[in-house]
Amino acid sequence: MALERSDVEKIAHLARLGLDEADLPRTTDALNSILGLVDQMQAVDTTGIEPLAHPLEASQRLRADVVTESNQRDRYQAIAPATDSGLYLVPKVIE
Amino acid sequence: MQWEVVIGLEIHTQLATQSKIFSGSATTFGSEPNTQASLIDLGMPGVLPVLNQEAVRMACMFGLAIDAEIGQHNVFARKNYFYPDLPKGYQISQMELPIVGKGHLDIALEDGTVKRIGITRAHLEEDAGKSLHEDFAGSSGIDLNRAGTPLLEIVSEPEMRSAKEAVAYVKAIHALVRYLGICDGNMAEGSLRCDCNVSIRPKGQAEFGTRCEIKNVNSFRFIERAINSEVQRQIELIEDGGKVIQETRLYDPNKDETRSMRSKEEANDYRYFPDPDLLPVVIESAYLDDLRATLPELPPQKVERFQSQYGLSAYDANVLASSREQAEYFEKVAAIGGDAKLAANWVMVELGSLLNKLGVEIDQAPVTAEQLGGMLLRIRDNTISGKIAKTVFEAMANGEGDADQIIKDKDLIVESDSGVIEKILDEVLAANAEQLEQYRAADEAKRGKMFGFFVGQAMRASKGKADPQQVNQLLKSKLEG
Amino acid sequence: MHQLTLAEIARGLADKSFSAEELTRALLQRIHQLDPQLNSFISVTDELAISQAKAADARRAAGENGALLGAPIAHKDLFCTQGVRTSCGSKMLDSFTAPYDATVVAKLAEAGAVTLGKTNMDEFAMGSANESSHYGAVKNPWNLEHVPGGSSGGSAAAVAARLLPAATGTDTGGSIRQPAALTSLTGLKPTYGRVSRWGMIAYASSLDQGGPMARTAEDCALLLQGMAGFDPKDSTSIDEPVPDYSTSLNGSLQGLRIGLPKEYFGAGLDPRIADLVQASVKELEKLGAVIKEISLPNMQHAIPAYYVIAPAEASSNLSRFDGVRFGYRCENPKDLTDLYKRSRGEGFGSEVQRRIMVGTYALSAGYYDAYYLKAQKIRRLIKNDFMAAFEGVDVILGPTTPNLAWKIGAKNADPVAAYLEDVYTITANLAGLPGLSMPAGFVDGLPVGVQLLAPYFQEGRLLNVAHQYQQVTDWHTRAPNGF
Repeated sequence: MALERSDVEKIAHLARLGLDEADLPRTTDALNSILGLVDQMQAVDTTGIEPLAHPLEASQRLRADVVTESNQRDRYQAIAPATDSGLYLVPKVIE
Repeated sequence: MQWEVVIGLEIHTQLATQSKIFSGSATTFGSEPNTQASLIDLGMPGVLPVLNQEAVRMACMFGLAIDAEIGQHNVFARKNYFYPDLPKGYQISQMELPIVGKGHLDIALEDGTVKRIGITRAHLEEDAGKSLHEDFAGSSGIDLNRAGTPLLEIVSEPEMRSAKEAVAYVKAIHALVRYLGICDGNMAEGSLRCDCNVSIRPKGQAEFGTRCEIKNVNSFRFIERAINSEVQRQIELIEDGGKVIQETRLYDPNKDETRSMRSKEEANDYRYFPDPDLLPVVIESAYLDDLRATLPELPPQKVERFQSQYGLSAYDANVLASSREQAEYFEKVAAIGGDAKLAANWVMVELGSLLNKLGVEIDQAPVTAEQLGGMLLRIRDNTISGKIAKTVFEAMANGEGDADQIIKDKDLIVESDSGVIEKILDEVLAANAEQLEQYRAADEAKRGKMFGFFVGQAMRASKGKADPQQVNQLLKSKLEG
Repeated sequence: MHQLTLAEIARGLADKSFSAEELTRALLQRIHQLDPQLNSFISVTDELAISQAKAADARRAAGENGALLGAPIAHKDLFCTQGVRTSCGSKMLDSFTAPYDATVVAKLAEAGAVTLGKTNMDEFAMGSANESSHYGAVKNPWNLEHVPGGSSGGSAAAVAARLLPAATGTDTGGSIRQPAALTSLTGLKPTYGRVSRWGMIAYASSLDQGGPMARTAEDCALLLQGMAGFDPKDSTSIDEPVPDYSTSLNGSLQGLRIGLPKEYFGAGLDPRIADLVQASVKELEKLGAVIKEISLPNMQHAIPAYYVIAPAEASSNLSRFDGVRFGYRCENPKDLTDLYKRSRGEGFGSEVQRRIMVGTYALSAGYYDAYYLKAQKIRRLIKNDFMAAFEGVDVILGPTTPNLAWKIGAKNADPVAAYLEDVYTITANLAGLPGLSMPAGFVDGLPVGVQLLAPYFQEGRLLNVAHQYQQVTDWHTRAPNGF
């Protein structure tokens, strides 16, 4: 299942990765190489096998419904690239 | 062409937990931006989610109340997309294995019939933050206070056939979640949000038409108008030879029309997969049994019981049962006052308009159920008349004390001494000799109104305290005699 | 002082041969002097270290005496250290000062450990050579032209060069064990859920585990003791009591059943490594162990399965790096999409971008079943193989890597070439089992490691076998020339 350049562009867009035009061929080759490795899985017979999501198959622990956090805005926003009046700034979003 | 409308609703309810679904941040509405956004809510590197037990309980309560299968092994999944109000770049939601499976809810239609609407599933997920577009030239501001608030997304089957049915369904969900105490239902604050999936098809066709989703409609009125305008749009589109494109739309209440939303996730490939930071949630049957025992009496049963137990009309029963607090208030008043119909009337009419005027809910009523019930007792034992009772009620609302206190302080006790009343009547008749002559001369039909005149005069003379029944009786005999 | 192990340091501090402050200053000086040759540190935290050392000395003076009180260590630079840069070896987090401590960091600080700095690593833990770091490649102290392994290459090189006695690492597909093998160290990946992942910046959530890297099993036991334990902030943390790893070191290996998977000794393994592995087996037999041949039939499918699961989880875990709330942000983004694409395109290196794309593809509509779900099924087959094997043996032994440390740059042409080096280590991550690598000799001056695997929560058994082996061999005592 070889990827075309246009497939790579679509994937990069889904992942919001800005790829250089110049890099596209090399990236496409590299991805195809990896997918070639991965496609070896198809030879394995997994009929009747349940997927294993967590190695130790435990179940989720629940926590009590208590407020444990306090306002740390100044501290957390000290490392933010762009804020104003306590809000995080991004280029204007049009809906 | 006869068109049939097909509507399915996805309702997002914010669960009324103290803390968020995966973090210990507060969920209070309206706080300063980003003051309730912890490391986890901000999606900082290295943070991990831990599930709030109350969110699980609330979801299960809902499932039990709609008679649904509970997902006793349910799994959280990541819904991946990029948007600034979604800090991790994915929303933790549930996909293949939700906490609540198939159930149903009965809704009361306008013609009095009951329709059963299927509910496909309900699942837990985290809410996103908010984007503020207005204040920053060229930039949007992101507030993540809301990010991580627990949501229960309730998905209906596409079984509604009109905007009115859709509204009835939303109202029923709204009442139910408030009854269960799992959501405050405040649509203006976004505690309950509705996405409407609307399509049309020729009557008799089995296949569904292409649907559009109208997102985030936040009032019952807008839901009805949005659906109707969308239906209209689709009909016109098709009748003009066009095709409905599947898309997401927003309702504009000013223009009363829906418009296409510039999609925030254009190629909607969410790449769902089970969240590896969370383990499957296991819900034991014993837990569900214990929970079931804590279910309150639900709206349909209450409405039924109000009719059979108290002899109320279906309409009155529905109004009084529309909220749990109101139903409880009414029953308390009825129990103390001893007359359900009287109680129903006072709660719905007098109390109802007072609450309306003050703009508060019944849980903040200035007159308690005990007070109101106590006052009804005084009406029933003829201490005061129904008319005087309104004065007493107003005084109670003003904080002037209980009914008995007010009656005493304001000297409102009904005058029932027949001697006193007779004397008043004699004075009234003497003072109004001309009208008396006219009465004697008039025929049966005209007498009714004149009779009322004398009654009015007598009531005024007694400052409203005269027992109306006795006034009527004694006046009658005087006039006949 | 730089020759001392953690255990020797603990004794030295206890009998006041030196203070934590003296030791710390000496090691800091050594780091500044020698690390330019290795590039094993991203940040050296002189001030923090000295203040922690002083505090440890004060606690000791007040009567405390823990094994880690005053112990000099370093943290792989994906453990969040409050107030200190935590970069994950990436330009994306070059400017990121962590606002909190990872649980591992907090626990070790509580025990009195002294943090000398943050070690270099493959970017976001994706790599087996430590060549993909934004801060440049790390050199193997045994041969500066060769890779030290990865992704915990910085921790490995620093400890192997005796810049400090021990460091934390993380292991998702072998990133503790493989660099340990290539630099002649003892490194342990605990059972999944043994060590808290809170504050351990995620690569592949269902595979990542933090663990100790040191020169001896005894030291690994000490460091693991300080790292392990249930953490309610990590939903995948297992509430299992932590045994005293130091006491388990001394058990006899008499009757220990060691399994050798026949699939391990096939065509891809360098025969000189195979010889050293066989030699180590002989040593263990002399100590009373019994050897059995076993089979792990699905082992060959592990690499493709891993290279779906890990990138898939990573592609999602790394979505939060978007230039909005922390980290790298591109200049003058013209709109939201531009902000995302350029911040991520410029902030992430090429290996990270490749793996994000593979992962995105594997999860995308139409491919989920064939890739992600298929990989999870193979994962169960691999776990089943181990469960069956452990019914007849107590540990599984084999080479840690199929080849020696390669030359820097040698595997850059094809990304898959490096992936194939993970063949022995990856299965333990997929199954969640604990694994350890210990020094077992040298070929052409380059170290060779032997790997031991045990059932869940049997870290003590691994440390026991390694410690007993280290009583009768001296590979672990050798130091690289010039260090």
